[in-house]
Amino acid sequence: MTDIKEVVIVSGKGGTGKTSLAGAIVKLIQDKIITDCDVDAANLHIIVGPKDLHAKKEFIGGKKANIDLKRCTHCNICRDVCRYDAISEDYIVDKVLCEGCGACYFICPARAVEFTPQLSGYCNTCTTLDDEIFVYAELLPGEENSGKLVATVRNEARDEAQKAGKRLILIDGPPGIGCPVISSLTGTSLAIIVTEPTPTGAHDLKRIIELSRHFQIKTALVINKSDISPKFTKEMRQYCNDEGIACLGEIPYEIRITEAQKEMKTVLEYAPDCEASRAIKEIYKKLQSIMEEI
Amino acid sequence: MRIAFASGKGGTGKTTVAVNFAFFLADSRQHVQYLDCDVEEPNGHIFLKPVIDEKFPAKVMIPTIDQSRCINCGECSAHCQFNALVTLPDNVLLFPELCHGCGLCARICPAGAITEGEREIGYIEKGRAVRGIDFVHGILNIGEPMAGPLIQQVKYNYREDYIQIIDAPAGTSCPVVKTIIDADCVVMVTEPTPFALHDLKIAVSVAKNLNKPIGMVINRANGDFKPLTEYLFENNLPILVTIPEDMQVAHEYSEGNLIAERLPFYMDNFLALGENIRNLPGKRT
Repeated sequence: MTDIKEVVIVSGKGGTGKTSLAGAIVKLIQDKIITDCDVDAANLHIIVGPKDLHAKKEFIGGKKANIDLKRCTHCNICRDVCRYDAISEDYIVDKVLCEGCGACYFICPARAVEFTPQLSGYCNTCTTLDDEIFVYAELLPGEENSGKLVATVRNEARDEAQKAGKRLILIDGPPGIGCPVISSLTGTSLAIIVTEPTPTGAHDLKRIIELSRHFQIKTALVINKSDISPKFTKEMRQYCNDEGIACLGEIPYEIRITEAQKEMKTVLEYAPDCEASRAIKEIYKKLQSIMEEI
Repeated sequence: MRIAFASGKGGTGKTTVAVNFAFFLADSRQHVQYLDCDVEEPNGHIFLKPVIDEKFPAKVMIPTIDQSRCINCGECSAHCQFNALVTLPDNVLLFPELCHGCGLCARICPAGAITEGEREIGYIEKGRAVRGIDFVHGILNIGEPMAGPLIQQVKYNYREDYIQIIDAPAGTSCPVVKTIIDADCVVMVTEPTPFALHDLKIAVSVAKNLNKPIGMVINRANGDFKPLTEYLFENNLPILVTIPEDMQVAHEYSEGNLIAERLPFYMDNFLALGENIRNLPGKRT
């Protein structure tokens, strides 16, 4: 088995530019599998362009209860055991509140509860416009088990990497620090954290760095929109220096990144010579040297 | 009235709109409560600067296994839907982060070896912010996957006689559902970009499935973005207010300031937002 490296892009705070950077890095790094693990708000496909869909696999997140009212004896035991207030007085299970623990199903003396697997989303494998393999997911609106779907996407990507003999998987991660982020982060070789120099960016940066440390993941920082606050950019640079985290570089605020997105392109294709594009190329160079160490 | 602010995509301005709207309401002498349900990355406090006078841990139930009574029958792990229990040859192993606290294992253990204890997943802070805004937020412990129970516990602090402003997390999955489920209406804050529109569509269907009245705030508006305008028109989603792309706003944000306070002419935007929320069709009042 070849040694596959996974590099994940995360941010803590949403909207700092994870996917715009991921899309650009996709254009620079050769020989990899691309994945989007932001399963409930996936966006990378918009700029890398899925062409041919190879497989659309159903994702079964868990089970949900349903009460057969013909068999129900109205004994109320299910309502007593349900910790999520998911069963109404007339014994209708609220599918939104049901967590799928099965307590009602196993306890019901009349065996009136059905407990059936639920379709929670899809895991898609496709090729991009550049003929690279891209794995991404669609969690159905409001569904649970996003962490489990992330794990499914990563497994699928590893299978594809094995089949194609690729050594690298590039992962666009979700915002936050909860379930799907933990699932995207664990076991990766490197986490690139994209932040912005604002008080909210700084606040959330500390939490995602702590999370990476908790799981012993090597991290590197990119400061996006770096010129909007020289003060915060300087503080962030200092903070990373003190914490021993490599700073891959800074990307100045660039309206053409948003314009590129509207054209469904990466900024490298849309405005190859703008300052942001040049900064991203520099970031890529530093990333290459870090990748040799991992 | 309980108003939730959501978006789908992160970073579109949920918190900015929510905190400034809370400030506007409080400034017009209304009783306002702000609850930050983005427990993974709560940010409202940066702008509202509350004085915290209460802090308490948020706990969930978890099984405690008395290994001396355990007969290794495997019933608990066979029934657990979350794979939180694993029966080994000589003991039972618990993975606390996977446990949903349903209590099933304790109920079905034939040896009576399982009781229920508590586990801390984060904490809740309460206090008073600018203009007397009643402030509540939850902070999830680092490494803790489950935001849902903490979101619920933040909401145990509702003050019924107040206008409640709820700041939702990014995304479109269960934490968002848990946040908006008991709201009277949902304000979706979006920006005119393809990424934001893609995620907005999913977030709107989450809110529609819950039968919530939905109103839109277009943030960082900068000319017409046709796909968004068309989507809103086709789906009958009213625009409550538009906030233009403005370097002054970006500047105040990057200083941790409230724009409604620093740039008073923006008060009119929040006045319009309030009026239009009140007139949202289908809303309970």
